[in-house]
Formats: sequence, C-alpha cells, structure tokens
Amino acid sequence: MKQMKFRLGMALAGVAVVGIGLALTFQRPHADVVQRGFRGTGMDQVFNKQDLAVKAYANQLPAAEPAADLTGVPASQVYQNVKVLGNIDAAELTRLMTAMTTWVAPKQGCAYCHNLNNLASDELYTKVVARRMIQMVWHINSDWKTHVAGTGVTCYTCHRGQPVPAYVWFNNPGPPQALGELGNRAGQNAPTLAPGLASLPYDPFTPFLEQNNDIRVISTSALPDTDHTSIKQTEWTYSLMMHFSNSLGVNCTFCHNTRSFAQWDQSTPQRATAWYGIRMVRDLNQNVLAGLRDVLPAHRWGPLGDGPKVNCATCHQGVYKPLYGGSTLKDYQELASSTSGAVPASPDDAPAPNTPPAAPAPATQPDAPAPKP
Amino acid sequence: MALLSFERKYRVRGGTLVGGDLFDFWIGPFYIGFFGVTSAFCAIVGTLLIIYGAAIGPTWNVWRINIAPPDLKYGLAFAPLKEGGLWQLITIFAFGAFVSWALRQVEICRKLGMGYHVPFAFSFAIFAYFSLEVIRPVLLGAWGNAFPYGIMSHLDWVSNTGYQYLHFHYNPAHMLAVTFFFTTTFALALHGSLILSAVNPGKGETVKSTEHENTMFRDLMGYSIGTLGIHRLGLFLALSAGFWSAICIIISGPFWARGWPEWWGWWLNLPIWN
Repeated sequence: MKQMKFRLGMALAGVAVVGIGLALTFQRPHADVVQRGFRGTGMDQVFNKQDLAVKAYANQLPAAEPAADLTGVPASQVYQNVKVLGNIDAAELTRLMTAMTTWVAPKQGCAYCHNLNNLASDELYTKVVARRMIQMVWHINSDWKTHVAGTGVTCYTCHRGQPVPAYVWFNNPGPPQALGELGNRAGQNAPTLAPGLASLPYDPFTPFLEQNNDIRVISTSALPDTDHTSIKQTEWTYSLMMHFSNSLGVNCTFCHNTRSFAQWDQSTPQRATAWYGIRMVRDLNQNVLAGLRDVLPAHRWGPLGDGPKVNCATCHQGVYKPLYGGSTLKDYQELASSTSGAVPASPDDAPAPNTPPAAPAPATQPDAPAPKP
Repeated sequence: MALLSFERKYRVRGGTLVGGDLFDFWIGPFYIGFFGVTSAFCAIVGTLLIIYGAAIGPTWNVWRINIAPPDLKYGLAFAPLKEGGLWQLITIFAFGAFVSWALRQVEICRKLGMGYHVPFAFSFAIFAYFSLEVIRPVLLGAWGNAFPYGIMSHLDWVSNTGYQYLHFHYNPAHMLAVTFFFTTTFALALHGSLILSAVNPGKGETVKSTEHENTMFRDLMGYSIGTLGIHRLGLFLALSAGFWSAICIIISGPFWARGWPEWWGWWLNLPIWN
C-alpha cells in the first residue's frame, strides 16, 4: 500500500513536471496562416498571433518632427563645417538633427555627436561616423532601390533609438576549444542565434556577407563528377538561410518552393528582392562599414578587432519588411539622395516643404507619398 | 470457397456490432458484415471522386494527378466542388472507409474470440491520417492546411510544410517518431534474423527451440525479451512511431509557429549552465 502511494505520487509528480514543461515551452494555438501559393502546396507563412502582437508593438513608426519653416538659405551658409548636408535648408537641417537625436541617441542627446561648445567641431568620432552614415543612407536609397524600393531607409530603420543598432555582427571566432584536430568544431555545433539555435555553422556572415563566397550549393547535374559541393558547404548555406528566415520572421517558403530551391521560375518574387539584399549588405560591409573600423574606438570592435557590420536583421529586426513597410524616409526627403533635399537656386521657385525638387525622383519611387501642401 | 483448408472452421456466426445477421455472410474468402459494405461503399465513391478530379484536372499522369484542399480563405466551411470541395468529399469518404475497415476488424476479432490488437493497431494509422487532415487543419482554422491527394503533390506539401519550421529534425515529437521508426525496423531485423536462423538449421542439425533463441540473445546482449515479449515490444515500437508522427505534425503550427531549433532555447537557457 505504502509503495503504491509512493508510485502514484511519483507518477503525478512526473506528469506535473512534463505538463509544466510543455506549457512553458510551447505556444497556445492562435495561428494566423497566410497562403502564398496554389492551394495545398504548403507555400504558407505560419504565424502565432501572440508573436505578431509583440512584433507589431516593437515596429511602430516614430512620429515625424513637425515640418520646418523653411528659410530658403542653405545650411552651409548658416553653419560651419557642414560637409554632407550643406545643400539643404538650414531650418530643415535643424529638424533633421532633432530627428536623428531621437532616432539614434535619445538619452544622450546632441552631445552624443557634438561638442556643445562648438557644434562644428569633428572631435567626437560619433559625428564622423554619423556623417558617413548619412552618405550610406543616400547610397542605399538611391543605388539600392532594387532592395529598399521607394520605402527607403533612415537612421531609425536600424538604430531604433539606440546609438548602436541592436542587430550588428562581428567575425565570430566561436567558443574556446581544444587545440588540434580533436578540438576542431569546423565552425559549428555551438548553438548561436545566427542559425536560429541550430547546430549549423555559427558565423555564416563572414564568408557570405563580408566576403563574396558563393551561396549556391545545389547540384546542377545528376552525377557528381563536375559537382564538388560538400555537405559541409551546404550547412554553411543553410545557416545563412536560417538567419534570413529568423531576421524576416518568415519561413523558407517566403522565397523558395522547397521542391527545388534553386529554380527561379518556382521561387517567389521575394527571392529576387533578397538576392539584391545580399549584394547590398556585402556592398555596405565592404565599402562603407569596413572603412569606419579605424574611426571607431577599440571598445566598439568585435573579439577579432573588426568593426560592426550589418546583416538582414540589422534593418528587418524579425519582420519581413522593416517597420512593416512603414517609411520614415517619406518625411525626410533630404535622406533620399545627396541632391534630393537641396535648396533650389531661386527661393521664389521653392516647392512645398519636404518634397523632392527634382521631378524624376518621385517617378522612380512609386511608394513615395503625395507632396504635402 | 475458403482460401485455406482450415479457414472454414473460423466462419463463426455472430459477433457483429451493427445489423445483426443481415450482413453476416462471406463472399468467397471475404467476410462482409455491415462495415464491409460501408467500407466498400466509401472506398468506391472516394476512388471515383478521385478519378473525377483527375478527369477535370490537367493531367492523367498518375504521378502528377493532384486533388488539392481548398484555399485558406474558405476556413472550415465547405468550398466549391472544383476549388477544394472535391478534396473535402474525398476526405470524408476516406475517413469513412478507414473507420469502417477498423470496425470490420473488430467484428472479426469478436467472431474469433481474440483480442482487439489488430483494430487497435490500425486505429493508430487512422489517428495519424486524422491528425494531418482534420485535427491540425481545425486547430489552424482552415481545411487548406491539410495535405493534397496526389503522389508528387503530397510530397511537395510535406517538403514545404517541413521547411515552414526551418529545420523539422529539431521537432521533439519528430525526433521520437523517427527514433521509434528506426527502432521498430531494427527490432524486426533482430527478431527476423533470429527466427530465420532457428528454423533453417545447418546440415544434420535440427530446428532450434525457444531456449536456444533465448540463449543466443542472452549471450549477445545479456537479455532476451522472450517469444511473446518480442511481439509486444514490436507492437509498442511500431505504434509509438505512428503516434509520435501524428503528434509531431499536430504541434507544428498550432503549438509552435517558429523554427523548431528555436524551441530548444529552453534547454540552452536551463539555469544549470546558463
């Protein structure tokens, strides 16, 4: 009898532990499935509504600063040492500086980049970085429309109120390991967030998003004689793809029909956008961010002494379109390109505030808002 | 006419669940019964509906015939016949045929005075089908989440649905199911090789007995589960494989909508090493 009670108690305890474990680790069924292909093909995005609510809260657009009373005078004539934004209206420069403060350094304020006794001074490295970042934003918005379309990006797309964006990456040497062949992890089996906690390689970014290694591994012939792609290479590619999925909060079928990952005619249009995105990220890491490494102080470097770099998550932050497709750029047209916010030659011909003066610019931005009165 | 000389003595009247003596007869070697009739009816109508679906579809290539479930927008309602309604009817008839077959097995068990092991085992297969085509779609809110009927098309669905969770091998129930599938085949290989060896003795030797079989495994691994036990174990392993297969697809979507590797975050976050 006593033994029976003991067994019953143990069984109940076991059930309780498993039950609590299941309740804590799984989600409650509030599914939101989005069909993106012919019925019955499984080309669906599967969401949990609780996840979506959290993401919707985290991805709200910040309120735009009120429109500036334009002075008609370029900033370069009012302020000193304005190297990249000298063309825009002086009042608009003040407005943009206010916005940048709330986007990047809301707690630290102007002093994060400026010497408050001499705003023109370049003594703080953050100001030098910010200037380069403005050029980068121009470059993205004007040369990478293949990826960002008319929605474009601003500082807020990545920074979200933080001086260093939450999702930047460094070359990852992996955890400490024994020397020699026995300690060789071959870059994997140490779970990190990069491949979504899978045992896949923990740093897929260095080979594919900093260097230009080929991502494609699917064989194009039935026999292996001309195809020397290994399973290990495939694991690197899958690791990168896991990062894509988790960064965008979507599954593999957002871009691929998995019956054949390689075939473009069976993939979704988003795959083409992603293809340009990969090239854009490489371009930014190689041509913009690598150059900033020496501008940054050592405490901003990674464990191998490299500067911070971008990947998909830097902008997307778990959502298939950053900020769910909301555009912060539409209220700050001076960030669209190096010329888009320039003060016109004659103040009398000035267009309405916040509209690009050059006619072709809106035409190439189908998503651009109608000019404000 | 009975197929085997000794089958005649198994033809016992009674034991039916429904219909009394009305359907309690045989056609050739086949017992009919009420559920034999419903089974045949559902199977024939369902098959004819599939053939109709193929006839109005783009191909007669058996590999590529595809009867797809409705679009998600129809939710759990009926869809137009040519836009998934056919799939809904076929599903109803398929389920009718499977359940009828299980109940026919029950009737045969009752006639023979044996346990319900066979219908019990078959019900796990029905449960797996029911999980895929009814339980999970209902939990997700639309019949369109079920898999299509077609040789290639259902494989495409499996592939895409697996990749909806990025890396399906990290699904804990899938891990259990795969383990049970491998274990059941391994156990069958061990058992089958043992029996074949025992009943095919070398020249001049006699067929080996149970004691010999037990001794063989006691020598090999220190334990023999026994002649009856191996069949209990085999049933447990096989049914566990089917059961956890059903669980692994039910939890994918309704109870976990992200990549499966991420589910294991609880393990990485255990306070023991984190």
